[in-house]
Amino acid sequence: MLLTDVNGRLTWNLIDDVRNALAFHFMVNAFRAGTIVAIVAAGIGWFMVLRRETFAGHTLSVVGFPGAAGAIWLGLSAVWGYFAFCIAAALVIAAIPTRRARGYHDESAAIGTLQAFALACGFLFASLYGGFANGFNALLFGTFLGVTDTQVVTLLVVGAAALVVVSVVARPLLFASVDPDVARARGVPVRLLSVTFLVVLGVAVAEASQITGSLLVFALLVAPAATAQTVTARPVLGLGVSIAVGLAITWLGLGIGYFYPTLPIGFLITTVAFSGYIAFVLARQLVELLR
Amino acid sequence: MTVFLATGTGFAQMLAHPFMRNAFVAGTAIAAASGLVGYFVVLRSQVFSGDALSHAAFTGALGALALGVDLRLGLFVVTIAVAAGMGLLGPRGRADDVVIGMVFMWVLGLGVLFQTLFTTSASGTGNGSASVNVLFGSILGLSGGQAVVAAIVGVIACAAVLGAGRPLLFASVDEAVAAARGVPVRLLGVGFLVLVGVTAAEATQAVGALLLVGLVAAPAASAQRLTDRPWRGLLLAAALSVFAVWAGLTIAYLHGSVPASFAIMAVATAEYLGALGWSLIP
Repeated sequence: MLLTDVNGRLTWNLIDDVRNALAFHFMVNAFRAGTIVAIVAAGIGWFMVLRRETFAGHTLSVVGFPGAAGAIWLGLSAVWGYFAFCIAAALVIAAIPTRRARGYHDESAAIGTLQAFALACGFLFASLYGGFANGFNALLFGTFLGVTDTQVVTLLVVGAAALVVVSVVARPLLFASVDPDVARARGVPVRLLSVTFLVVLGVAVAEASQITGSLLVFALLVAPAATAQTVTARPVLGLGVSIAVGLAITWLGLGIGYFYPTLPIGFLITTVAFSGYIAFVLARQLVELLR
Repeated sequence: MTVFLATGTGFAQMLAHPFMRNAFVAGTAIAAASGLVGYFVVLRSQVFSGDALSHAAFTGALGALALGVDLRLGLFVVTIAVAAGMGLLGPRGRADDVVIGMVFMWVLGLGVLFQTLFTTSASGTGNGSASVNVLFGSILGLSGGQAVVAAIVGVIACAAVLGAGRPLLFASVDEAVAAARGVPVRLLGVGFLVLVGVTAAEATQAVGALLLVGLVAAPAASAQRLTDRPWRGLLLAAALSVFAVWAGLTIAYLHGSVPASFAIMAVATAEYLGALGWSLIP
């Protein structure tokens, strides 16, 4: 079903409007899926921004596209493609030597090459499969409004697992992210933690991009964390703010999308996220000015 | 596409086809510019900025389509504007990781909006594949005029990199000392980002907005693995990039089902893997 068929109208009674929107099962599922994805992405994204692995996160999210296209070409379910490619890419990125190794500084170039090659493979698979022109859009920019009940359950299980892993390693991961050298000296397994985190990031991104599309999952990863960083440097509080911002962005984006069906959800979510970020940055500067 | 029907008629006749000649003319200039600019992008660790500019290129192209103006106008205006903005906002002409991420997230969202506007307004006119062309390139579909313009812009970009090469190299390797010696570091930083923007707009026409970061990063990173000398590395990056485009175009010509942009990217990736292996041999 297309949103334009539903023809939701915004009235002055907000509660009625929300009740109206949630009368449609696909809207309920969109909110359920959006909520799960927002919490997982915001939580893990907070660590990603802290560890300055934004580019790696973007690459992982993009790699889901060739995974899904390849799986569809081979006649498998796209879900397998997402997980296989994202986890494999996480391992490849983890294997790239870090900046300090032997004085080369092409770590980000290697990640960029991996990303472009992965996207090129996706294009190849889609071309080989043929008759896929509309599938491009779904894979790259998401199908928020076509989420099934099974997908919601899968999202919930995988998302919970990813969050459990992150919360188990949260303390040492935080230590290793903030000061890797001291952490290593204190016996924290920095390298193992870094690989674990990248794999969890891969899994989270793989599940989120089935809903948001490969190109927009990045918005839910980076925007809440970036906004939270302008508010506080405290870890627990920051994580909380990040998740709250993630939820607000997703709900607002979906809500506006219901009443303005001609606007794509991806555009709405990124716009809400970006304006929120700008507002927080300006507010922070104002507070510092007045202090 | 009619283009693919003409392929597979043998290596010897490859350049007899006008569309292949156009692709080689435009592709060579675009590849040389990407290689030269890419060398400094990698040296300055600005690959992520290049990535952000490539997404800006997507938005620019689709914005132009939605407005009904020439696609290239949108490409150049938006990439140059975003490049200048990132350069001016960031400290010392470089933008922060998170800021880049936020900017290109929103730029991409805008691109989605333009795409929707364009497909709604142009539905039924058979232009639905336009966004696929922008994302993944359509080098075999360039007209003679487009190829000439692309070649001229590419040559100008190459000349600009080589002209500013010495101070840019100084500023990239040791910013503080360069600033102390009176090199206009900030101006160079912003100017360089604008040049990356121009290259991104150029390369979008060849390999597409999503893949151009590979053409910028892979040959340059290979060159830096193979030699420490700046000028040799710069020329090697351009040569490797041009070779990737030539080899990719040839592969795509001989095997009609393989998209040209995939073949180019595969060769570039193979070059990087080869250079990586070479540099790891003790």
